[in-house]
Amino acid sequence: MLSDFDFSVLTDSLPFLWAGLQFTIQLTLVAMTGGIIFGTLLALARLSSMKPLAMAAAAYVNTMRSIPLVMVILWFFLLLPLLTGKPMGAESSAMMTFMAFEAAYYSEIMRAGIQSVPRGQVHAGQAMGFTYSQSMRFVVLPQAFRNMLPILLTQTIVLFQDTSLVYAIGSKDLLKASEIAGKNYNRPIEMYIFVALIYFIICFSLSQLVKRLQQRIAIIR
Amino acid sequence: MIEIKNVSKWYGQFQVLTECTTQVAKGEVIVVCGPSGSGKSTLIKCVNALEPFQQGDVVVDGISLSDPKTDLPKLRSRVGMVFQNFELFPHMSITENLTIAQVKVLGRSSDEARDVGLKLLDRVGLTAQAAKFPGQLSGGQQQRVAIARALSMNPICMLFDEPTSALDPEMVNEVLDVMVQLAKEGMTMMCVTHEMGFARKVASRVIFMDHGRIVEDDSKEAFFGSPRSERAQLFLSKILQH
Ligand SMILES: Nc1ncnc2c1ncn2[C@@H]1O[C@H](COP(=O)(O)OP(=O)(O)O)[C@@H](O)[C@H]1O
Ligand SMILES: [Mg+2]
Repeated sequence: MLSDFDFSVLTDSLPFLWAGLQFTIQLTLVAMTGGIIFGTLLALARLSSMKPLAMAAAAYVNTMRSIPLVMVILWFFLLLPLLTGKPMGAESSAMMTFMAFEAAYYSEIMRAGIQSVPRGQVHAGQAMGFTYSQSMRFVVLPQAFRNMLPILLTQTIVLFQDTSLVYAIGSKDLLKASEIAGKNYNRPIEMYIFVALIYFIICFSLSQLVKRLQQRIAIIR
Repeated sequence: MIEIKNVSKWYGQFQVLTECTTQVAKGEVIVVCGPSGSGKSTLIKCVNALEPFQQGDVVVDGISLSDPKTDLPKLRSRVGMVFQNFELFPHMSITENLTIAQVKVLGRSSDEARDVGLKLLDRVGLTAQAAKFPGQLSGGQQQRVAIARALSMNPICMLFDEPTSALDPEMVNEVLDVMVQLAKEGMTMMCVTHEMGFARKVASRVIFMDHGRIVEDDSKEAFFGSPRSERAQLFLSKILQH
């Protein structure tokens, strides 16, 4: 049966797949950056002493975490153009969706990170005359971020895999590209095997990186 | 310089401080002692409003902390504080630890802040450590940097919360020496410490706390002569044994 496989289609479709992979990576990076920034703000809101703010942030996070990602992707795709009044391409819609969705997960990580910074550090910052936002920026968040770096990266690996779901709205990521190429050459199986291998290699190397990082952080402490 | 007037504080139902009243005049050094859990840290943290209190008032350099108009961060920047566990910022080099607040709070240029920081580092004998990180220093060295960091803001007074309790015995003196020198230069200081040698050397008054109350507030001579309360006598006899 293996002799039936024709892997030559792979070399032919490589440029097409590369374009798909580029979008997947771009989406991952945008969603990671935006998600961590928005997630950090959500975490600060949840830890705030202003009750309504804390509750609104908690409601947002819990809602996002209770809905299947595919549904969020579809909804945003349908709703965002209605809200903004402008048509929005699948690619931009995907980026917005992933930022908003991942922020909920990153915010939980950052919240744990902020709480992992000892109270004495907060006091030390305040005693130097830092305002709340200065003590967050210079003292708490850098340490929270450093403590949580391995977990933030692990979440990013999950995000990288989850981006393949944008295929539901026809956005041309790596998976969609492989599907199209598979159809064009009538070789879907070879394509899917190859693409699975690409996902595996990238995720595996990243998780090895996380492992090393964890060891290094353990030494610093 | 520091007036603590009838301060009471509760954690929920639990009363940590009960009607504490005392004052520290300019240039005075007072030592606060008392058993663990008696409220010493809480009291000293009320002085720069790190801990809020429900009753009474604290006035620092004429500024009332209970006045809602008081700019607390600004007031804190004028009061130096040294903690039991040093609390240097672990993600910054020693130089950055010494300069960041000067730049961000006082608005000094980074060159000026560096000059001030390095001079103070020299003063506590640690010039060679400028580029290192806190985790690479011994406890005694970290605490000396922490004192230099507080001094970098040109504070009008200094608060110390058991600055030597977390140190190995052989490192206690290097920190106390810096404190004694500071006291001799006329710095106004409020020190929570059980180092009675330090108290004898530089304190003008000694305060003894128990169960959230100031039980003794005496001149050094009177305190070491004959503390009035039984608890203070018992406490003193225990401490002076080692
Ligand atoms: N955040 C807190 N919540 C509740 N109780 C506290 C808190 N901080 C301190 N306490 C209690 O207040 C009392 C005084 O603490 P503290 O001022 O740290 O004492 P000391 O410095 O004299 O050892 C202790 O009984 C302690 O358990
Ligand atoms: Mg204490």
